Amino acid sequence: MATKEYSFYPGCSSQKGASGSNYQVSVDTMCDVLDIKLNDIPDWNCCSASIGYAGGGELPRLALSARNLALSEQANPDQDVVATCAACWLATRETKERLLDDDSLMNETNEALAAAGLKVEAKQDVRHMVEVLIEDFGYDGLAQHVKKPLEGIKIAGYVGCQTNRPFGIAGESFENPKYLDKLVETMGAEPVENYDKKVSCCGGALAFSEPEKSQALIKDIIESAYDGGAEMIVTPCPVCQMNVEVYQDQINAKYKTKFEMPVVYYSQLMSVAYGKGVQESGLNGQVIRAKKLEDIAGK
Amino acid sequence: MSNLNQTMVEKYRNDFLNEVRANVEEGDWVNMCMQCGVCAGSCPLGPYWEHPPQEIFMMIRAGKREEVLTSTSMWMCTSCYNCIARCPRELPITHIMHGLAHYADRLGLAPKEQPTRKFANKFWDNLTKKGRVNELKLGLALYFMNGFMEGIKVAMANQKLGLNMIKTKRMNPMEIIGGHGVKDTSGLHAILKKAREIELAKAEEFKG
Repeated sequence: MATKEYSFYPGCSSQKGASGSNYQVSVDTMCDVLDIKLNDIPDWNCCSASIGYAGGGELPRLALSARNLALSEQANPDQDVVATCAACWLATRETKERLLDDDSLMNETNEALAAAGLKVEAKQDVRHMVEVLIEDFGYDGLAQHVKKPLEGIKIAGYVGCQTNRPFGIAGESFENPKYLDKLVETMGAEPVENYDKKVSCCGGALAFSEPEKSQALIKDIIESAYDGGAEMIVTPCPVCQMNVEVYQDQINAKYKTKFEMPVVYYSQLMSVAYGKGVQESGLNGQVIRAKKLEDIAGK
Repeated sequence: MSNLNQTMVEKYRNDFLNEVRANVEEGDWVNMCMQCGVCAGSCPLGPYWEHPPQEIFMMIRAGKREEVLTSTSMWMCTSCYNCIARCPRELPITHIMHGLAHYADRLGLAPKEQPTRKFANKFWDNLTKKGRVNELKLGLALYFMNGFMEGIKVAMANQKLGLNMIKTKRMNPMEIIGGHGVKDTSGLHAILKKAREIELAKAEEFKG
């Protein structure tokens, strides 16, 4: 199969020494196996995520994503834009749709971009990596590369919010998307049936500003995974991953729980199933080690 | 009262709905709300809202300017988009809440001590400085946003979390000097400055 190429928007958390750097490691490994070439958007900037609204008005925020789209159009004109971070994808896709939907917004955005000699058309499709996997490869195509099926691991598919709403993955419902469960199954593991917190919110950025309220939400997400017999949680979003993984100590202290639930990315499951090692799969980046995956990766 | 707030009060005297339509992101949608309350029931932080979205929409139509703009409500939005996905009239509620929060803050009416207001502003300042988020500085800014002594306490309470992130190479202490950023910072700043100017000029022109 010929190499598939995409215009890649890595996002802040993917960078070296940042909170989702292990996600990026596993994405690189996964893409290597699938013969995907990710061409970085040169000099990309932050999308301002879902919490930039206080300081940034509508147009400054749209201009941030429009700058990325403009740079992408220059460097990788014939490729779809692909993001791995849910917030990056959401902000970029939303910008594209709003610019195409509203001529005056498009003109104003281009007036702002002209201050740096840029121009945007917003014609490229903006996709999340899981869309690429499901639509351009398909479950069968993804299954072909499995060398070590993740047999005997029960996994709760935590889809979360921003890869699911308001755009979502084509053909999936907002309330009960199945794609993550299907990916888990494709890799040879067992998805938790009827994981009722699969699209519940982890608090997002409010995990920082409203820790108590957010940790109450996170507690329910983990508890429901345990109730379904899960040994780990898998997610497509770096904010979900961090929020659900790193506060378990604090939640245990407050609620007298004994949570020790690993939270991994779909790309890590895939890297391990594709026969790659602990480091290549970014598993050394887990605060709560995913021992069952490490065992398979180490075999 | 801030100058901008004074200007807006005089300009839109007794017509808060029009003020929102002109100045708030997606504010044009407000009068489409049919008061069903699905948004309130769908919100993960629903119990903490002083006034849930459908109430905010009704208050805007009733001209309750100060109650709306000084409310902590909009700052409870986690951006989960449940309300957008479920609203029968397809109002972009998440965006309207962000827009109201931004407008209230710009007028100086948003509650000063609201933690998400403070954090969200620090986030914007952090990302626009170099074009990419510096997670270490953002974390420290968050810890110390309520003063130095409180910051020490919060930092101590989160010490293990920080060490875990450093140990797994998901946080880099060296980000305190330098850190990630775009190359063309001056271009990025020029774009943002222009975007802000256009937005303010447009609000100025609106006749309702």
